[in-house]
Amino acid sequence: MNAAGARTVVSFALVAALSGCSASYLEIPVETPIQPKLDIRPFSRVFVAGFATAGTDDVDSSLEAVRLLRSQLRNKGTLRVVDADAIALGDLVPRDDDPAAAGAAGTAPEAAQVELSDDAAFAPYEKIFSDREYWKKVGEELQQPLIVTGTISFRPQQRSGFVQRERETFDPLGRRIVQPERTYMERKGFVLRPSFIFIDGRTGEQLHTETFREEVLYNANQTTPPLSSFFELMDRLLPSFLNTLSAQKVRGSRTLLK
Amino acid sequence: MIRRLVVITLLSALPAAPAYADARGDARQQVEFGIAVAQRGLWREAIFRWQRATELDPTYAQAFNNLAIAWEHEGDLQKAREAYEKALRLEPNNALIKQNFELFKEINERSGRKDGR
Repeated sequence: MNAAGARTVVSFALVAALSGCSASYLEIPVETPIQPKLDIRPFSRVFVAGFATAGTDDVDSSLEAVRLLRSQLRNKGTLRVVDADAIALGDLVPRDDDPAAAGAAGTAPEAAQVELSDDAAFAPYEKIFSDREYWKKVGEELQQPLIVTGTISFRPQQRSGFVQRERETFDPLGRRIVQPERTYMERKGFVLRPSFIFIDGRTGEQLHTETFREEVLYNANQTTPPLSSFFELMDRLLPSFLNTLSAQKVRGSRTLLK
Repeated sequence: MIRRLVVITLLSALPAAPAYADARGDARQQVEFGIAVAQRGLWREAIFRWQRATELDPTYAQAFNNLAIAWEHEGDLQKAREAYEKALRLEPNNALIKQNFELFKEINERSGRKDGR
């Protein structure tokens, strides 16, 4: 083969290689529409009615949750938010049914509430949540909205144990070295356990229940107001709560292949 | 000189010529066209192309993967799952398909909706 022939073969090989070496994958942004978990087409209004509460008295969990959920639904939901007074569920529990023997959550002495487990504290409310006639009546008064009620437990917690942290050191040459280190720590924080019950204001029937559990732990010597922790934890579960009632788009990326 | 001209002419005509004559070649063209239109946001057209690719070559895992992504983008999670599962049956060790499927499952769980399974 002469020089010209060799050049031709080389150029052919190059073209062939170039035409075949384009990337075989491509990352592309996607937006996945997530349909609401609940069919809300029969409703034009939503009423956040209030919640049975257990745990710390430092935060009025029902009042704060009603305010927060109404505001979020107003901004991000498609239903009109009913601004009627929230229902004091504690007033609906007959005294004989209350294991705390001191009234419902929100009115019981602190000691009694802390000692009760969530199950025990919320047991008297089961009858109320399943009382179709009661919720149908509430619905009739408010033009048959979708009603949101349920229970909220917001309790302090303390936990001690080993945690892994990163320890920063510098070697004799001044270079930064980060090493994992296990340290024993006293930590405290809060656990939030809301259970949202969605009730059909036309029939009083329970349509759907959604339960969450979120917790936060801080260094024991760090002082964080309970209300701030409450909102921090509520913030985490809000997207899922909102997705029960309205469609959402989840942004992400995927890899297309050739 | 003439020989070189002939070679150059042949080389310049190469990209225009059909790359492959077999089913995979035709399917690959559909897949590449689908990718091009998906990049411009024309996902329905991309779905059409990738469906065509899977008809031309039912063993083309990459086409099923792309189809799954498009169904995800359109919000049809049931069809997306079926396409991902088909892609993984064809290429169980493909790390990129596995990664896409894992991300899909996260969203599917988050949606909390039963998708038929």
